[in-house]
Amino acid sequence: MDFEPVIGFEVHVQLATESKIFCACANEVGGEPNTRVCPVCLGLPGSLPVLNREALRMGMTVALALDAEIATRTSFDRKNYFYPDLPKGYQITQSLVPLATGGRFPVTRDGSTRTVRIRQIHLEEDAGKTLHGGDGTASLVDMNRCGVPLVEIVTRPDLRSPEEAEAFLVSLRRLLVYLGVATGKMHEGSMRFDTNVSLRRKGEEALGTQTEIKNLNSFRAVREALRYEIERQTRVLEADETVVHETLLWDPGRERAVAMRSKEIAPDYRYFPEPDLPEFAIDAALIEERRAAMPETPSEVERRFRERYGLSAYDVGVLSAEPGRARYYEAVVAELARRAGGAPSGTGDLAPVAKLAANWVTVVVGGHLHSEGIDLVEFASRAMSPARLAEVLLPRLRNEISEPAARRLFAEAVRSADSVDGIIETLSLGRLGDASELVRVVDGVLADCPDEVERYQAGERRLLRHFVGQVMKKTGGRADPALATRLITERLDSAG
Amino acid sequence: MEPCDLTFSDARRALDGGKLSSLDLLDSCLSRIGQADPDLSAFLFVADHEALRSEAADADERRARGGGLGPLDGIPVGVKDNISVAGMPLTCGSRILEGYVPPFDATAVARLRGGGAIIVGKTNMDEFAMGSSNEHSAFGPARNPWDPGRVPGGSSGGSAAAVAAGMCPLALGSDTGGSVRQPAGLCGVVGLKPSYGRVSRYGLVAFASSLDQIGALASDVEGAAVMTRTIAGHDPRDSTSLAERVPDYERALLSPPVRLRLGVPRELSSGGASPDVVAAVDAALEVLASLGAEIVEISTPHLGYGVAIYALVANAEASSNLARYDGVGYGARAGGAGDLDALYSGTRSEGFGSEVRRRIMLGTYALSAGYYDEYYLTAERARSLVAADFERAFREVDAVVGPTSPTTAFPLGERLRDPLAMYLADAYTVPANLAGVAAISVPCGLGADGMPVGLQITAPRSGEATMVAVAGAYEREAVRAGVRPRLAGGP
Amino acid sequence: MAVTRDEVARVAGLAKLALSDDETEALRQELSRILEYVEKLRELDLAGVDPSSRALAAEGAARDDGVGAMLDRDEALANAPDTDGRHFRVPGFLPEG
Repeated sequence: MDFEPVIGFEVHVQLATESKIFCACANEVGGEPNTRVCPVCLGLPGSLPVLNREALRMGMTVALALDAEIATRTSFDRKNYFYPDLPKGYQITQSLVPLATGGRFPVTRDGSTRTVRIRQIHLEEDAGKTLHGGDGTASLVDMNRCGVPLVEIVTRPDLRSPEEAEAFLVSLRRLLVYLGVATGKMHEGSMRFDTNVSLRRKGEEALGTQTEIKNLNSFRAVREALRYEIERQTRVLEADETVVHETLLWDPGRERAVAMRSKEIAPDYRYFPEPDLPEFAIDAALIEERRAAMPETPSEVERRFRERYGLSAYDVGVLSAEPGRARYYEAVVAELARRAGGAPSGTGDLAPVAKLAANWVTVVVGGHLHSEGIDLVEFASRAMSPARLAEVLLPRLRNEISEPAARRLFAEAVRSADSVDGIIETLSLGRLGDASELVRVVDGVLADCPDEVERYQAGERRLLRHFVGQVMKKTGGRADPALATRLITERLDSAG
Repeated sequence: MEPCDLTFSDARRALDGGKLSSLDLLDSCLSRIGQADPDLSAFLFVADHEALRSEAADADERRARGGGLGPLDGIPVGVKDNISVAGMPLTCGSRILEGYVPPFDATAVARLRGGGAIIVGKTNMDEFAMGSSNEHSAFGPARNPWDPGRVPGGSSGGSAAAVAAGMCPLALGSDTGGSVRQPAGLCGVVGLKPSYGRVSRYGLVAFASSLDQIGALASDVEGAAVMTRTIAGHDPRDSTSLAERVPDYERALLSPPVRLRLGVPRELSSGGASPDVVAAVDAALEVLASLGAEIVEISTPHLGYGVAIYALVANAEASSNLARYDGVGYGARAGGAGDLDALYSGTRSEGFGSEVRRRIMLGTYALSAGYYDEYYLTAERARSLVAADFERAFREVDAVVGPTSPTTAFPLGERLRDPLAMYLADAYTVPANLAGVAAISVPCGLGADGMPVGLQITAPRSGEATMVAVAGAYEREAVRAGVRPRLAGGP
Repeated sequence: MAVTRDEVARVAGLAKLALSDDETEALRQELSRILEYVEKLRELDLAGVDPSSRALAAEGAARDDGVGAMLDRDEALANAPDTDGRHFRVPGFLPEG
């Protein structure tokens, strides 16, 4: 039986405002519990909400980027339920007149693109955090997160596999980080997902009964949870039984989805319009202002990287994964191009610069950040600005030093504030300029390994690499490998 | 005459003229509280006397140096116990908030303090402002100073009783369906409900968010006007507060109601009110006519649905507003609760009184799945018709007049068995809350039983100046004619 | 409009109120009576009439983004029935979202 998964999401994103959505408490992560609270987010008697207009503006930016239609008047509603980290006994959200409806987001995976349709986008407040003692011991509540602004993006069930779902979420996260509306720091809870998944026979239009899984907080969790649930539903259907609607809660500690305790089929939230907040008018001028202020989206950056720099799809992907990285890369290209001889026109001139910079930013800088455990922002401001990296790369671009030498140059340039020329001098990183010296080294190497020379001349051509390696070693990486190879083959072939 | 029995305007003039000190006024009020409050239970909390006296001394000093803070400087004020005063306990007349002390002042309180007013203490009230008699206080009923066997009205019964008994010349109350005007009427004092949004609700414990307003209770119209002016005005902490500038209500007091048209609702004047109340109000209207006002009959066919609308809308909002009392963050908590559910239902069932539980149930029902359209939404739509009635009326007349309550103060216990009967006591006051318009109750004589009767004057949104003018003119005339009721001990 | 016992129980569950049998019956009667009274709203022709509550509010009030005064932790926890000095504390329960 050929079943097809049908998957949709409710994505909750913490907006990167300075203050909370309905009060002026700081919107930050971490720190001591219950230190970023006030009468409003604690729900003290007599407190009242006041909307943070930046949350509304950020919500509008998200709506525009997803091609959704923004309401001319938007308003808030109360969703009523009891929970210890919900101090008012209701959440202020949007149900009746959300900020935006409709929209779409294309997801590309393995060369093919699916368009995921957006149902609606709305604003709401986050709740606090509860630490569960487990088996009857006390539960502890921290209200710091109460009132953090959330934008909720609801999709139609347009995704068809866990892998596609993950690609969608990764891509969405990147868009939100580029827009400047979210940090995207998953370990800090920047994004949380509720998913709904059902199965149907391929070709059928009707939807099967779905399972909802709430509170997923990582891409991996989404993949695992979906895989497990699809497998489970498949087994149920293949046994000719029916899937029962369930709502499960993802337990990040145990990394599994557990059935929720409540016996209610569908909780009655008794939504009604929030009387403490007025309607908010959104006129065309405001929408245009938001549109004009919108940062470049990832797909715009990708296109530029492909077209202007002629980069491979892989390189484009890696360099555009984070906006900070893309910005750093472009700055390096600009600085290097300038130093290499004026602003080049057309892809042709820029290609070697772009390619070299791409390799180095992805591999060398990336590797360095990973091994040192620092982030690009820190690296760029403390260790190596784009201009300095361009200085490091210039001799390499001009083939004045070898790749291994350039790596040593980089390592030293990160550590010290000395000029690049100074480091090249101090560490003798320049190429062996004198061909006769190189000839002497080649002769010396060949004299040191007569057995290998014999074997090479008997046909083991691959030993060439060994000889070249020895020459590089003897010269501390300063020899030009191409020249060394030529000299060695000349020597050996002529001797044969 | 004791200083505490002076009207606000007389006390103010005496203070300004150097004939009375704030300290003497305060001591007189504290003394009256000491004498009368054990019987009347108008106050739930009185601040430390020495601290209060020190504030009064400061006010006297400011006056002596010629730098007073304004007309409220050194005036003792009571605050209804659902309005936050930092550092003073706040119970809302309920056990569920026992022990709660707010860490902030309501905006209205901050503005009173800014004007030099002395917050004497917190006054008794129906639990969470739900009631019309102050009999639903968890701490015992407040009583009417005119006859302690009768109710002072509610839910701001404590504030009304305190002012009527001379415990303080001014008090803050809250009005959701009449809770400032109705007790003012029953106690023979002035009660003013501003337009919705005129006074910030920040720090007022919410009952029905789209209906609540903080209001002024005072011994005279000038007191109510001055107090309202001091606390009114836009507050960035309250998204529903009006941005408009606050008019000078004191100046409005001085303008006579000549050429003003006053409307009497045809549908409400037929039946409902007891004959002596009708007579007292009619006499008041004649006085106004003699001052140059024109009395006309108007049609407001939907005002009679006010109680039904209110029963659904107010209690629906309340059921949500009271969900925060769950034993987690503040207030009382049921002891021995083994799990969360038991904590919630134990805390709430023990902590809330029967009237509050009844209203929460009614409100929850009206919002629940399957009933929302039939009850809550229907009521919200019917509410538009009430607002439209007033809009239409105010195109023809400058203010609407009539009795504040259908009867004078009833005996304690009389209406407790029948919640619906209690709700109907608000029939004349509820419409102004539903429409968001302003209304004031001013004493207009006594009923057959010697108990005070209130005349209600309703003005358009933002039209407090008009009703203050009418009320002030009537009061001057009533005092001149010896009609204005005062308790024994007054002139 | 008669309210049933089951409905009283359902609503009490939503409102987190524990009612005894007597209380349930008393509420059943009281609610029925009040709901019967509000039936009079059916007399009104509400065709095309919008709900009103929004009309009362000031349009568009919002504040600029920026951090303001917050409470000290001690102040925040001062009124709590039970804490561990840093958190609000409640009886243990399993997460329910």
